[in-house]
Amino acid sequence: MAKHHIAATVNGDAVEFLCETDETLLDVLRNQLGLTGTKEGCSTGDCGACSVTVDGRLVCSCLMLGVEAGGKSIATVEGIADGETLHPLQRKFIEHAALQCGICTPGFLVAAKSLLEKKPDPTETEVRYWLAGNLCRCTGYDKIVRAVLDAAAEMRGA
Amino acid sequence: MRYEAPKSLDQAVALLSAEKGEARVLAGGTDLLVQMRTDVVEPTLLVDIKGIAELRQIKEEAGGFRVGAAVTGAELKEHPELKAAWPGVVEAANLIGSTQVQGRATMGGNLCNGSPAADSVPALIAAGAKACIVGPKGRREVPVEDVMLAPRKLSLAKGELIASFLLPARAPHTGDAYLRFIPRTEMDIAVVGCGVCLTLDAKGTCTAARVSLGAVAERPLLVAAAAAALIGSKVDDAALGKLDAAARAACRPIDDKRGTKDYRIKVAGVLARRAAQIALERARTA
Amino acid sequence: MQEKVKNAPGSEFQWIGTRPDRPDGVDKVTGRARFGADLAMAGQLVGLVLRSPHAHARLKSIDASAALKLPGVKAVVTRDDFKDQPSEFIPAGEMMINYRDVVRSVMAREKVLFEGHAVAAVAATSAAVAKQALKLIKVDYEVLPHVIDVVEAMRPDAPLLHEDLITAGVEPAPTKPSNVAKRIEFAIGDIEAGFKQADLVVERSFTTKAVHQGYIEPHACIATASEDGQAELWVSTQGHWIVRAHCARLLGWDVSQIRVTAAEIGGGFGGKTVVYLEPVALALAKKSGRPVKMVMTREEVFRASGPTSGAHVRIKIGAKKDGRIVAAEGELKYQAGAFPGSPVQPGCMCAFAPYDLENVKVVGYDVVSNRPKVAAYRAPGGPIAEFAVEQIIDEIAQSIGMDGIELRLKNAAKQGTKAAYGPKFGPIGLIETLEAAKSHAHWRTPLGKNQGRGIASGFWFNIGGETAVSLSLNEDGTLSLTAGTPDIGGLRASLCMMAAEELGVDLGKIRVQIGDTGQLGYNFLTGGSRSTFSSGMATVDAAREVMKEACKRAAKLWELPEDAVEYVNGGVRPAGPNAGKHAPMTLKDIAGIAGKTGGPIAGYARINAHGAAPSFATHIADVEVDPETGRVWVVRYTAIQDAGRAIHPSYVEGQYQGGVAQGIGWALNEEYIYGADGKLQNAGFLDYRVPVASDLPMIDTVIVEVPNPRHPYGVRGVGETPICPPMAAIANAVCNATGVRFTDLPMSPPKVLAALDEARAKGKAKI
Repeated sequence: MAKHHIAATVNGDAVEFLCETDETLLDVLRNQLGLTGTKEGCSTGDCGACSVTVDGRLVCSCLMLGVEAGGKSIATVEGIADGETLHPLQRKFIEHAALQCGICTPGFLVAAKSLLEKKPDPTETEVRYWLAGNLCRCTGYDKIVRAVLDAAAEMRGA
Repeated sequence: MRYEAPKSLDQAVALLSAEKGEARVLAGGTDLLVQMRTDVVEPTLLVDIKGIAELRQIKEEAGGFRVGAAVTGAELKEHPELKAAWPGVVEAANLIGSTQVQGRATMGGNLCNGSPAADSVPALIAAGAKACIVGPKGRREVPVEDVMLAPRKLSLAKGELIASFLLPARAPHTGDAYLRFIPRTEMDIAVVGCGVCLTLDAKGTCTAARVSLGAVAERPLLVAAAAAALIGSKVDDAALGKLDAAARAACRPIDDKRGTKDYRIKVAGVLARRAAQIALERARTA
Repeated sequence: MQEKVKNAPGSEFQWIGTRPDRPDGVDKVTGRARFGADLAMAGQLVGLVLRSPHAHARLKSIDASAALKLPGVKAVVTRDDFKDQPSEFIPAGEMMINYRDVVRSVMAREKVLFEGHAVAAVAATSAAVAKQALKLIKVDYEVLPHVIDVVEAMRPDAPLLHEDLITAGVEPAPTKPSNVAKRIEFAIGDIEAGFKQADLVVERSFTTKAVHQGYIEPHACIATASEDGQAELWVSTQGHWIVRAHCARLLGWDVSQIRVTAAEIGGGFGGKTVVYLEPVALALAKKSGRPVKMVMTREEVFRASGPTSGAHVRIKIGAKKDGRIVAAEGELKYQAGAFPGSPVQPGCMCAFAPYDLENVKVVGYDVVSNRPKVAAYRAPGGPIAEFAVEQIIDEIAQSIGMDGIELRLKNAAKQGTKAAYGPKFGPIGLIETLEAAKSHAHWRTPLGKNQGRGIASGFWFNIGGETAVSLSLNEDGTLSLTAGTPDIGGLRASLCMMAAEELGVDLGKIRVQIGDTGQLGYNFLTGGSRSTFSSGMATVDAAREVMKEACKRAAKLWELPEDAVEYVNGGVRPAGPNAGKHAPMTLKDIAGIAGKTGGPIAGYARINAHGAAPSFATHIADVEVDPETGRVWVVRYTAIQDAGRAIHPSYVEGQYQGGVAQGIGWALNEEYIYGADGKLQNAGFLDYRVPVASDLPMIDTVIVEVPNPRHPYGVRGVGETPICPPMAAIANAVCNATGVRFTDLPMSPPKVLAALDEARAKGKAKI
């Protein structure tokens, strides 16, 4: 059967791609659009490494089909920085050493950005529960949570 | 595998009825995509219902709410009136998976996936919700507790799908709550789930109650005996003790990698008490 | 930008001990960094593995003819594509592996020995075609009875995995084969006499389950092989020279023919120190003439890559009323998986290491069973042994009414103590960590309802090993540093800092990369907590070569003898009697005259780093137990550990916190669950339960520094020790809260509730 021809927006740019029915949005982002910043950790929606936003909603891209992306606006880690200027979350992650191996970092950044857009002043508990779907095996989450709270504070103050 | 995105319910029903192979409804896809990937299901047709407007709406109706079957958990949480009227239901839907999963998962899918451990179902049953089913023979309304028969087995005929849930008008001094037990704090399938909805009169006596248990039988249960333990009481320790016993007696769980029989039975009683206490607090302030 | 991270004037160091941004940080927060699965090559094929559905079976025949006929299939490999290997042991991290077993682990030969064992692999033009091709491969299995549990596997009538396995280390050698690969023993003094002196003897048995390293990035590689025999491999690994060695050996190619590049690695913790996909990908690439990309699914990672051992451990400790330990005995039975080589030996070595003991005997058994061959997992063998020992220590402290810290202080190993496994300790920091725990606010904070507190100490030896580093002075005075140990958690920052410190230059002037196997001499892998220690030592050596060479060049220019020039403050100047005769030259100036004074200036260190020193830790854990459900939360945690010298404190703290989180998961919820059919039931992150962000509190850390005199900056490896104390600290805390001691991991809610109910019936529960 013929592939689906899909048009969508990714990080503000118009894109078009072809995909089989069973290809996930994650497959499309990585293999067709060359956006390998979004990672595949489990493909069952249990690790959050594939997190993206779709029309502003935080989702696992492994749990969405490419064909469902038609007409949608997708944001990945590659779209978080503004040209050369890093987002406060990105700066704070580096500053706080909130990454060790870095594989979970794109997912966390997308998820944390989504949180701060909805809730600019979260408590530590709210941060932890929002990010419960993002697994990290290196850091024990401590520095990640600190980085998110610090970025939130800076974004409120700025 | 084909993919169709109908714009009306009639179209969706026609596609589902006509398919000779295996047609699957695609709403949030958070269970379906995982099953497809592991070859548990091999659909020939996916019918994406997210383009059908009435399945994505929340509307006030008859003093209650009609919630489209394809509304996501995250959207439920963002509806202040629904959240205020039925906090137990909204919280339950927002315990499914993670924030990412809640961004896509729907109560329709949660029910139709046919897992006895589904989180939103005991809350819907306790609330007295009805499922509005649409199919080739028209519409019918069915209490949610009658939709699932056994693991992966529903009482839907070929071509039928759930269009919406009708949450009833809430009597004054009614409160609902859902609790589940999981070994971590998030991300696990419920080992036991319990939804309680109760109504008090002006003196604080319980005049109506519904108690539902998940993950302790082949399908989510409506436990009349547990409700009976509360009705007529002030939901005091004695009544909660009876509730605990009734909840435990209703369980017919299995041993599996998520919990043993004995453990599920014990915890069912504990959760019933704790959920009832939250529902009581909510009923008092409602 | 880097200026602000220098130490204040007057501090001992310019850069060491500060917290600059790591050089690979921006790439990792923008998605630019390329991990194992992020590379794509033109014309690449997808490689998939066919895996055994049986836990134990004879592999009678494999027929791939139908698969080869499927359009889009370009190659199939099976056991016939790999020559058998004679038995030969080689180091892999802190463990030893045998090539005869490696070739079988990579591709089953006579038998399949675990569910998930690789039987064949295909390379095809798409994943869909490859998947279809796997279904067309016909395999004839003769299913055999299987055995999973270690005690079951040791029984004389247990199903036998290897018909020729005779237990080593037993005199006289057994006449019949068994599943016991090895018996080892460490002993000093006389434990019988020791136990006779004891006022109190505590003996208990403990069991732990297999747990997985849980790295978020599945194994991934991409291989190319050209017609002239040259091959390239891009792979997520902890040791690309190791990968090269294994692949060359298994394929029968010269080592020089394979160039391996280490991708960024998304976690390893020991699990990526061995090969699974890599020799297969290269074999498929050779056969098909095209690049082959292979990525494991999460399910394959759980079913087919090595977790660590589950174990049975019996510990017996005798002490006097005043707390002095007079005898300690241990028996450790560790499960190796399908091939010999569990970490029972390091487990035995670690068990009593924190204590100064005269009479010790530890016996260990390495036992095979029908599971994947275990791979190293962060301090392999150590956490299991320490889970048991530190609980007995706690029980002794309780029984004699002595504080847990005081008891440990009374028996603490220190400089000069002879460890039970042989060497005498140099300067070590155990006592410092115990004293820090005693004076920490955590130790004094009152507990709430249903809460308990536990402490435990831990130890890991750390290793050095073969290392090569190159440091080039560029024409403009900047420097390029090439190291060979993959960066799994901040290494590049530390290496730059050590180079900048030595050379007296700005941190921003040094750019670091991890080189491929064609660019440097042999580098042993990132493991054994060795990379900051060994690559750091080599970096310092290389920097000193550059400094020496700079002096030499200036001397040439100034027509002075070489030793008449000194390197100071990032440049050179005439020394002693010649001082002031010429204006000093910066390193940049020297770079400008490199060509005319002899050629490019570089340092190239090639060492076998010796002098790695152990790191000790003491942890304090507070838990809360729900008396009605048995659920345990960790509500507060403090990890205190000796780093020798923390080059970049943020990344040292990160190691402490990460090890603690893994230990908490191991203690509370992680375990491999097998069915009676020998199949793994929880091969995914849904039911293999690692801690999530909402499960954990902030993890407070204290870095103690007792410098290691054998490293130029005093560095001790820190990565592995942090996972050793948590299980015991938590078990001790749960015992403190409930009155019940848990000897079986994980302490999952059903087990805790059942034990609580049993204790309540006897009137022995505290909650």
